[in-house]
This record gives sequence, structure tokens and C-alpha cells, in this order.
Amino acid sequence: MINPHSEQLNIYGEYFNSRLLIGSALYPSPQIMQQAIQSSGADIVTVSLRRQNSVSAGEDFWQLIKETGLKVLPNTAGCHSVQEVVTLAQMCREVFDTDWIKLELIGDEYNLQPDPFGLLEATDILLKEGFKVLPYCTDDLVLCQRLADLGCEVLMPWGAPIGTGKGLINTYNLKTIRERLPEQTLIVDAGLGLPSHACQALELGYDAVLLNSAVAGAGDPVKMAAAFSHAVEAGRMGYVAQAMPEKEVAAPSTPTMGMPFWHQN
Amino acid sequence: MNLTYNGEAIRIESAQSLQQIIVSKGAKPPFAVALNGQFVPSAKLSDTMPNQGDSIEVLSPIQGG
Repeated sequence: MINPHSEQLNIYGEYFNSRLLIGSALYPSPQIMQQAIQSSGADIVTVSLRRQNSVSAGEDFWQLIKETGLKVLPNTAGCHSVQEVVTLAQMCREVFDTDWIKLELIGDEYNLQPDPFGLLEATDILLKEGFKVLPYCTDDLVLCQRLADLGCEVLMPWGAPIGTGKGLINTYNLKTIRERLPEQTLIVDAGLGLPSHACQALELGYDAVLLNSAVAGAGDPVKMAAAFSHAVEAGRMGYVAQAMPEKEVAAPSTPTMGMPFWHQN
Repeated sequence: MNLTYNGEAIRIESAQSLQQIIVSKGAKPPFAVALNGQFVPSAKLSDTMPNQGDSIEVLSPIQGG
């Protein structure tokens, strides 16, 4: 029997047509944010929580996001301890009325690298509390395996440090994770800058990409969002179509039979 | 009683619940509340009485990546 969802993105048993998850931060204006999100074709948008007296936190922003009609994925950005991420996840669940959480626990300020040890501990706690955890993690195979062992159905290894736009800096690691965890939904999260980076992630067999700065920081965020939308479609189609094997030696594509002036030694 | 509300030192003259303090500060929904780093569900705000030196965080939706 054909699985009707086989060509959709599976996140904890919910299915989505778009393989692009988009962030809501850093846009030049709220209007451009809305237009870019729409242009991206994304089904899922990331959000966060901050003190109410901080700039632009509150009902106005939340209303704009609700108007998109998209599924919301709250994050725990900026947290540096297990207690902080657990508390913020619990607060997100109440405000956003979802048990999804993009679990982000920073271990180093220089490159905003996730703390793998705290991430495992926090993931274990939150999964037991009924959260559907989408951990933002490094591209370490064993860490990804341990997260999967805990019950994570979705893993989000980085392509590069957040906001760098460097693309996939370690394709070997990303490929290995894909090979070793064929059942998990894998999303490259962070570090992308170009549509070709997203395309490459999908070509590697990743199920989706999550990005923000690459679109919000572009000269024309609305157009760039559309470009990424096309890129993930191309990458996915390329993966499903199964690329030709790479070779070390050239092989002519034009038939040699009937070639005039054929050199016969 | 001296408290911290979203990082700001505040003083309340009589014992008040978290709910009363949040209302008096003019907080607008949607928000979620933590007391001393622990989440307090909205259903428990009226029953929770902060103590001297406690820290209250009231968080609302914001852009995220």
C-alpha cells in the first residue's frame, strides 16, 4: 500500500508539504516578515518568548504570526542551563499552546555552539513531560544517536554556527548522521546563507532545513524566501531521483559510434 | 516586600498573589510566568504568594529563529 504521506515532511506524526521551516526574527519590518514568510511557502514558523517590557514582545507580534496561519515552533534561544531551557519550554507550551519545542541550549558564546551534555539532560526531562522535542544540536553522530535513543523523532544538527551563512561546513558528518539514523526526521538548522546550501542539504537526504538570517538578512528578503522555497524543492527532487554515481575518470556523454575523423590507433 | 519583576526591583506594601502583582504591573496577555526560575501555570497564579526577594519573570511572544 502506498503511504499517502511519503512525500511529506513528518514531524512527530504531523505531515507538512513544505520542507522549509522559517524564522520570524531580524526582518527589516513586520510587514516584510509577513511577506517573506508567505513567500517562503513554509508551513512552520519559529517564535520565542522574552520579557514583556522588551522591544516588540507581546500581542502585536503574536497577532501577525497568527495571521500567517502557520504551525508555530517555539524555541528556547538564549538559554545556558538545563533549568532555563526546561522552564522556558514549559512557558512556551502554555503561551503557544503546543508541545513542540525547538530545544536550544547554548554551550559557548563565541560560536553559539549547543551544549551536548545539557541538551541530553534537558531533552530527557522534556520528553518525559510530554514535549515533542526538536533539539538543535551539533553534527556529532553519537550525540544524535543518544538523542534518538531518548525518543527524539526529529533531530536538527547545525550546518554551521547560527547566523554565519557559511553553509554546510561538514558534509561528511551530516552524511554519516543520515546514513546511521535513517528513521529520524533530520533538519539542518542554522548556518545557511545561500539557496544552494539548502538544496545541498536536501540532496544529502535531509528532510528539511530551518533558517532565518539567510532570508531576513538578504537585500530582498521576500525574493530570497522564494529562492529558498525553490531550492528545497529542487534538492528534495534531486535526492528522490537518486543522483548518478560520482566517477574519477571522464566518460563521454555523446555517443562515439559513427564519429567522423575517429582516431584509431 | 522587595521583589524583582522582569529584572527590575519593585516594592509591594502588602502580601499579594502573583496574579495581583502581574495585574498591577499592567501585563497584557498572552504571557507566561516564572517565579525564581520555575514555571508557574496560569491556573496557579492566584494561589502563589511571592516571598521577600523573589524574582518574577513575565514573558510574551517575540520573534525567534
